[in-house]
Amino acid sequence: MAEMLEIRWHGRGGQGAKTASLLLAEAAAMEGKYSQGFPDYGPERMGAPMRGFNRISEEPIRVHCAIYSPKIVVVLDDTLVSTVDVASGLPDDGIIIVNTIKTPAEIRSELGLEGRTVYTVKATGIALDEIGRPIPNSPMLGALIKVSPFLSLDSVIDQIKKKFSHGFKPEVLDGNVRAIKRAHEEVTSE
Amino acid sequence: MARRLTLTGNDAAAEAMRQIDPDVVTCFPITPQTELMHKFADFVADGEVKAEMVLVESEHSAMSAAVGAASAGARVMTATSANGLALMWEIVYIAASNRLPIVMPVVNRALSGPINIHCDHSDTMGCRDTGWIQLYSENAQEVYDNILQAILIAENPDVLLPVMVTFDGFIISHTVEVLDALEDKEASDWVGEYKAMYTLLDTEKPATFGPLDLQDYYFEHKRQQIEGMSNATGVIKSVGKAYEKLSGRAYGMTERYMTDDADYVVVALGSTCGTAKVVVDEMRAEGKRVGLLKIRSFRPFPHAEIVAGLASAKAIGVLDRSVSFGAPGGPVHKEILAALSGTGHQTSIVNYLYGLGGRDISLDHIRSVFEELETVAGKTIAPNEVRFIGLRG
Repeated sequence: MAEMLEIRWHGRGGQGAKTASLLLAEAAAMEGKYSQGFPDYGPERMGAPMRGFNRISEEPIRVHCAIYSPKIVVVLDDTLVSTVDVASGLPDDGIIIVNTIKTPAEIRSELGLEGRTVYTVKATGIALDEIGRPIPNSPMLGALIKVSPFLSLDSVIDQIKKKFSHGFKPEVLDGNVRAIKRAHEEVTSE
Repeated sequence: MARRLTLTGNDAAAEAMRQIDPDVVTCFPITPQTELMHKFADFVADGEVKAEMVLVESEHSAMSAAVGAASAGARVMTATSANGLALMWEIVYIAASNRLPIVMPVVNRALSGPINIHCDHSDTMGCRDTGWIQLYSENAQEVYDNILQAILIAENPDVLLPVMVTFDGFIISHTVEVLDALEDKEASDWVGEYKAMYTLLDTEKPATFGPLDLQDYYFEHKRQQIEGMSNATGVIKSVGKAYEKLSGRAYGMTERYMTDDADYVVVALGSTCGTAKVVVDEMRAEGKRVGLLKIRSFRPFPHAEIVAGLASAKAIGVLDRSVSFGAPGGPVHKEILAALSGTGHQTSIVNYLYGLGGRDISLDHIRSVFEELETVAGKTIAPNEVRFIGLRG
């Protein structure tokens, strides 16, 4: 059986982790893959820690439980690093990507993490520059695709354009696309 | 030519409703209603469907309006979830008793209290004796396919009963996944035009709906209703075969996954079946003879298929996602015991209660059920010896 990629998103209510996970599932399907995207609905309060999940596979996906051992963890808010066990279940060859101004080494130390690979990107700064709002989900999608190119960047950008062309003003849409591309360039590892 | 879509279970249900384009859709537009009707209301507002949408002040009224419209000869749909279904209760019975072929997607969620919006089967299991047909869906694909089939099952003149198409709250309703949908023309040809046998508005052939029916004929009318439900078994199978010709996807009363030579079989409904299939594949690769018996139609209950599907089993684990308080085991468990009763099939049956209020059931949980079944084979298990999955303390 072909390997299935599992991803877990950690964010706070309002940062767009749910939207990012749903959008990633749609972008994967556009490339002919099978995918799931689902949030972990809790109290749904602005600012409360929440999670999103993705499964992506070449084969139909039948499993319908939570994801316990994701290959990749994406953290939209670095204050969660010390308050939530964001690295839970991350395997030895796992990847964690954090939106922060800190270095990968600093995040590794905060997490007390051995092995795995830590990446960081200043996604909030990029979002403020390019979109004008501190919503880090689009740039984090760009960073994710750079770190693990299981999809093409164009598919993700196409899906964002398709999904939000009616809801967003053109300059906001363009800002999101620029933010994705910048984060794709600027994400750094140790 | 299939259209590949990426939708939540809710949006898959709304997509089926868009293609069916019923005459009337009734809806209480506030929680516990889900995004399903939100999406369908978009279709109405955008002029993509001709359906008359009737927004009402409660779920009780939503089903009442559905009953009225269906009595007038309209093809009618509504949708609900959890406490909304509970509030409909009185009229849910009347819809079935008046033989009105209403189709209603139900997002399975826990009943309060304490307040909980996540998945379990308490809502629809509570109305298993209302006279509605109940089809449980494993994933978004089945949500879509079951709704299209439900129209033909409900409206079949030998059945004339309403159908609930259920799917797991959040696990399916709010998860985006990939499915194949029919072309619009294929779907509208499939459901065709609905012509009610009797309608309130047909003055050429006047009929009485819902009159007083006391000791004189009530019992006979109930007997007819029993016959309608009994006929539904054959109709569900024949509609499933016809739908397979159209879509390439097969549907029956149950799905037997690797049960033919299985020593240990898990019986389940809904999204858990997908997770269980993965465990079955893994354990089969290890040489274990395990299988899954998925129940698609809980009403009518598929006794013959259950007996056939469990024929080889030395031990059976029945997974219940709702409680029947004070009863020896959950609703599914009791049906399995009843189905096997008198067949002479000697097997050990264990009831597992799981997933209440959305508690996750993982691959490991299902594996541990199979492992436990290996140890109980040949033993007598008391019906009230219910075991719990994923319960703390």
